[in-house]
Amino acid sequence: MRFSQVALLTGLMFLLSGCNLVVLNPSGDIAAQQGDLIVYATVLMLIVIVPVMALTVFFAFKYHKDKTDSAYEPDWDHSVSLEIVVWAVPLAIIICLAGLTWVATHRLEPYDDLKRISAEKPLDPNVEPLEVQVVALDWKWLFIYPEQGIATVNEAAVIVDRPVEFKLTSNTVMNAFYVPEMAGMIYTMAGMETELNAVLNHAGTFEGFSANYSGNGFSGMRFDLHASDEAGFDAWVEKVRAEGNELSREAFVALEEPSKNNPVAYFGAVEAGLWDKVLNHCVGDDEICLNDMMMVDALGGGGVEGLYNRELFRGLCSADDPEALFLMLRDEHASIKSEIISAMTLLPPAHDAPLQQSTPLEAN
Amino acid sequence: MANVHAIAEAAEHVNNVHWLWGKITWDAHTFPFLYDPIIAVTFAGVIVATLALLGALTYFRLWGYLWTEWFTSIDHKKIGIMYMVLAVIMMVRGFADALLMRVHQALASAGLFELLPAYHYDQVFTVHGVIMIFFVAMPFVTGFMNYVMPLQIGARDVAFPFLNNFSFWLTVSGAVLIMISLFVGEFAATGWLAYPPLSGLEFSPGVGVDYYLWSLNIAGIGTTLSGINLVVTIVKMRAPGMTWMKMPVFVWTTLCTNVLIVATFPVLAATLALLTADRYLGTHFFTNDMGGSAMMYVNLIWIWGHPEVYILTLPVFGIFSEIVPTFCKKRLFGYTSMVYATCVIMILSYIVWLHHFFTMGAGADVNSFFGITTMIISIPTGAKLFNWLFTMYKGRISYELPMMWTVAFMLTFTIGGMTGVLLAVPPADYVLHNSLFLIAHFHNVIIGGVVFGIFAGINYWWPKAFGFKLDPFWGKVSFWNWVLGFWFAFMPLYILGLMGVTRRISAFEDTFYAVYFFVALLGALMVGAGLLAFIVQILVSILKREELKCGDDPWGGRTLEWATTSPPPYYNFAFSPRVYALDAFHHMKEHGATRPTSGFVPIHMPHYTGSGIIISGLLTAMGFGLIFHIWWLAGITFLASVVWGIAHTFNYNRDYYVPADEVRAIETAGNPAAAGAE
Amino acid sequence: MASSIASPAPEGGYQFYVTEDPHHDHHGGDDEEHHHETGTMLGFWIYLMSDCLIFGILFAVYAVVGQNYAAGPSPADLFEIDKILLATFFLLFSSITYGFAVINMQQKKQNAMMFWLIITGLFGFGFLVMEVLEFEHLWHLGAGPGASAFLSAFWTLVGTHGLHVTAGSIWLVVLLVQVKMHGLTEANIRRILCLSLFWHFLDLIWIGVFSFVYLTGVLL
Repeated sequence: MRFSQVALLTGLMFLLSGCNLVVLNPSGDIAAQQGDLIVYATVLMLIVIVPVMALTVFFAFKYHKDKTDSAYEPDWDHSVSLEIVVWAVPLAIIICLAGLTWVATHRLEPYDDLKRISAEKPLDPNVEPLEVQVVALDWKWLFIYPEQGIATVNEAAVIVDRPVEFKLTSNTVMNAFYVPEMAGMIYTMAGMETELNAVLNHAGTFEGFSANYSGNGFSGMRFDLHASDEAGFDAWVEKVRAEGNELSREAFVALEEPSKNNPVAYFGAVEAGLWDKVLNHCVGDDEICLNDMMMVDALGGGGVEGLYNRELFRGLCSADDPEALFLMLRDEHASIKSEIISAMTLLPPAHDAPLQQSTPLEAN
Repeated sequence: MANVHAIAEAAEHVNNVHWLWGKITWDAHTFPFLYDPIIAVTFAGVIVATLALLGALTYFRLWGYLWTEWFTSIDHKKIGIMYMVLAVIMMVRGFADALLMRVHQALASAGLFELLPAYHYDQVFTVHGVIMIFFVAMPFVTGFMNYVMPLQIGARDVAFPFLNNFSFWLTVSGAVLIMISLFVGEFAATGWLAYPPLSGLEFSPGVGVDYYLWSLNIAGIGTTLSGINLVVTIVKMRAPGMTWMKMPVFVWTTLCTNVLIVATFPVLAATLALLTADRYLGTHFFTNDMGGSAMMYVNLIWIWGHPEVYILTLPVFGIFSEIVPTFCKKRLFGYTSMVYATCVIMILSYIVWLHHFFTMGAGADVNSFFGITTMIISIPTGAKLFNWLFTMYKGRISYELPMMWTVAFMLTFTIGGMTGVLLAVPPADYVLHNSLFLIAHFHNVIIGGVVFGIFAGINYWWPKAFGFKLDPFWGKVSFWNWVLGFWFAFMPLYILGLMGVTRRISAFEDTFYAVYFFVALLGALMVGAGLLAFIVQILVSILKREELKCGDDPWGGRTLEWATTSPPPYYNFAFSPRVYALDAFHHMKEHGATRPTSGFVPIHMPHYTGSGIIISGLLTAMGFGLIFHIWWLAGITFLASVVWGIAHTFNYNRDYYVPADEVRAIETAGNPAAAGAE
Repeated sequence: MASSIASPAPEGGYQFYVTEDPHHDHHGGDDEEHHHETGTMLGFWIYLMSDCLIFGILFAVYAVVGQNYAAGPSPADLFEIDKILLATFFLLFSSITYGFAVINMQQKKQNAMMFWLIITGLFGFGFLVMEVLEFEHLWHLGAGPGASAFLSAFWTLVGTHGLHVTAGSIWLVVLLVQVKMHGLTEANIRRILCLSLFWHFLDLIWIGVFSFVYLTGVLL
């Protein structure tokens, strides 16, 4: 048995020597800290694991029934001191590990801003993080760069040593956004915004993908993440701008159709407010946005009429005084139609058309 | 509202319901073997094998025997054996799926070709998970608990013998539905827990998820009923003198397991019912729109899902706790702390569920809380491991097959436990979640823990059930193939996980993972050889049964199941044993106690009944009708099952007395192989 | 070599097998029969607890999504609390009448027991009628289970309770027939007690539904 273990270990070394354990040796500081944590935790646990395994093998041989010179105590079944060791040693290890976990989990919380650029480089408080909005679509990744006003599909770029703040959501099913070289993963879920703060410390092209199965085209949900210096990034942005047309609402509706192994695509401009509409599920049609709906619900619901007239509340969140508008809308819609229409003028331009179109009040 | 295309497709499916055929279309859509050569070959194979089996049963006139002695049996021992048979059959199916995945990933990662289209591959990994958990591991442990526990507490049967039979057939019903899905329609392509919104109607409009839901709903009812049954059995039917702290550890783990079952399977039932409502009634529990919350499903399913892990491992810990003292010829070290460890694990398993989705953004406080509670579970688990270790200390260990599996388990499971604690550290989980490292981890605990324990248990209790030992040569072939095969199959996955390879991938861009996938394939083939050797072991042992005959107490057993004959008579004990000590049978032997040979009295036993299999058969048909929206079929079979159930309650003549003469005849015969005498 | 934690041997030494005949009388009263009965009650209790867990999940789901009206109606817009109160009293009274039935059963007054069981069943039926009327009312408003997550949770919680009451009522009818056929046998008494537990349990759940869903829904 010992021989086979040695053989196994040797084989293991051989296998390991040829590969790149990205998770333990990444290019981004967050992933590096997470990788280090794996090593620390493993070493900590080996303190108890190794003796247990060694003792198992040792006892297994030592007390073999043929070894009649070994001690034999068939009725020995209890020892307070051993019991204490048995419970206390794992407990001690777990206490250490729990401390490590608490600290590391708080330090590496993906929603929090970075605390440093890398082990050697502190954070420059004057540098704002680069914001990237990420939408998981069936089955490709859409990246929106609000500062730059561009969007890309299945390709992204960041600047070396500049913090990046990813805001993520999904258009349909759950996915997990994962670039092993950069930082741990975070889920993308429809109607919810998750966040990931990270940084890449080395230039290069890194692989990103979805780490949560999302259906038929899941295996092809890959993208390249380019990390370069500022000039390289700007050149990339210019390239996108030059090659692409606008990501309008119509373009998004076309894009969200399911597709597999989607090629890289560029959009030189992005329609204002698109991210919010994606997040709130109201890009493609005239339905009420989720945030408006939640505002209505928080204010007490849209009433029985709301079953037929949800659209009435569109744009509630963007109104100057949502509550006043809500009360006006709910206060027996039919009798004060003109007031409602005047209230609707508070709404942003994107919403001025629907009222005339759907005429919910006349329908009732 | 987001995916117009999918909605249209879903609507089309719903609208295309024929009044007679439901969603069945007489083409390749419903019958995939018409276009998929892999399924066609499998289908042909299954048809031929089934016909051969049915033919053989008919030829040898075994139907009557099977019906009267097995299918309608409410003897806990026979039901236990039937659970095991079900588990072995389903294990072959589940393993075939595993092998398909390994072959596919090896070939695809090497850039050779893709064996399966994504549509098929996604179903394969889903069905592999569902089958291995619900229809392999669960029936195995339920089989053990059913067979062994009543004997260990000196009872004649479980508390509700009919319910026991019914539970078994409900489990079979779920398994049958899953098997049908291979050839009629499709199975879910969602992953084994079917997270919405992917599993919702909008994104999975086909019948696959419906198969998933109905088979698990039906089987889940069976599991819950069985859980209630076994808890009551332990609480109410222990032999006189068997106080709580004189119960064998396996009985303790069975108790905790079944408490977990009755306290978690209703959660699963409710969760799946809500998803069912979303798919059938248009509700919005887990949808993206109208206020639904998919994360609520993820929470609910894991509130069941994590205790489920312990539902599988606790009984296996119990099996090892029986085997180690027996083969070390020594009392179990630290019985009391073993019991407390079991109870602590049972309780803690409820407050760790969130560690399955640290990466959904719950925040550092919540994540660390659940990470730390998870780690705490490793303390009682570690204590158990130490207890087995110190049982070996100063023992006289004989390496029969059960003990070999146990040592392999101790070495393997330790590694699996370590990687488990590693995954409980949230920042580590951020990079390892959903990776092949995770896959390697849970196979490490499920195979290295549960499966090794099952094989240990089968080798240990087979002589109890049949009166002869299992063939050691083929057992060892199976053992080494399984153990080494496991390491070859899963060490590469640990490494691939650290290389950032995620699970459920069916197409690869780079070829440098290929070598690892080929090693893993080699391991899977070895495991396959191990599985085959196990089946050969059973067949060879049956052929050589006279040679392997071993008497009533082949291992020097310590607990009450060995106090009766092997195999036990259908009433288990002609006289209920009385218990004065832990390791009750060992205590009896120390005092030279023997079974009485006179003074037999009538024994109160229940009648066999066909209601369990009939109602389950009706419910299977109901499930099929619901899956394919054949409403008339679902309605009629549902009503029929209710009517049959009510009719069953009108039968007051449920039990009878075995005459003392018959007991005397069995007890004094040289070989009381009384299996099924009635 | 006696084991360390064995109980001391009783007078006359260890008796390792129960050799005395436990079946002096085959018609009840013996130990084993008694055991069996308490086993049934315990098993039924455990079943009720697992059922309670299902309701617990439905309540929890209601708590999570019960205010997601999807810009549609809230409880205050929908619930007719006076009618619900009437239904509640139907169910509460049915519990009391079931209690009368059990008292009569214990006094072996079979006809009186059956009378009270029938009254119980009628109250249960009245409750179900009220519930169907409420559901019909909501359905006509367009507030079906698919209208919002709140309504999904509401219909499912109340509907599941309603299905339980329906099942209990069918059980009640079956039991009446069985008592009529076989009288107050041991098996029938056990069944009546089980249904009693079930019926009171449903009452308890309804009190939860009434206060948690209806009262808070209308008042808040």
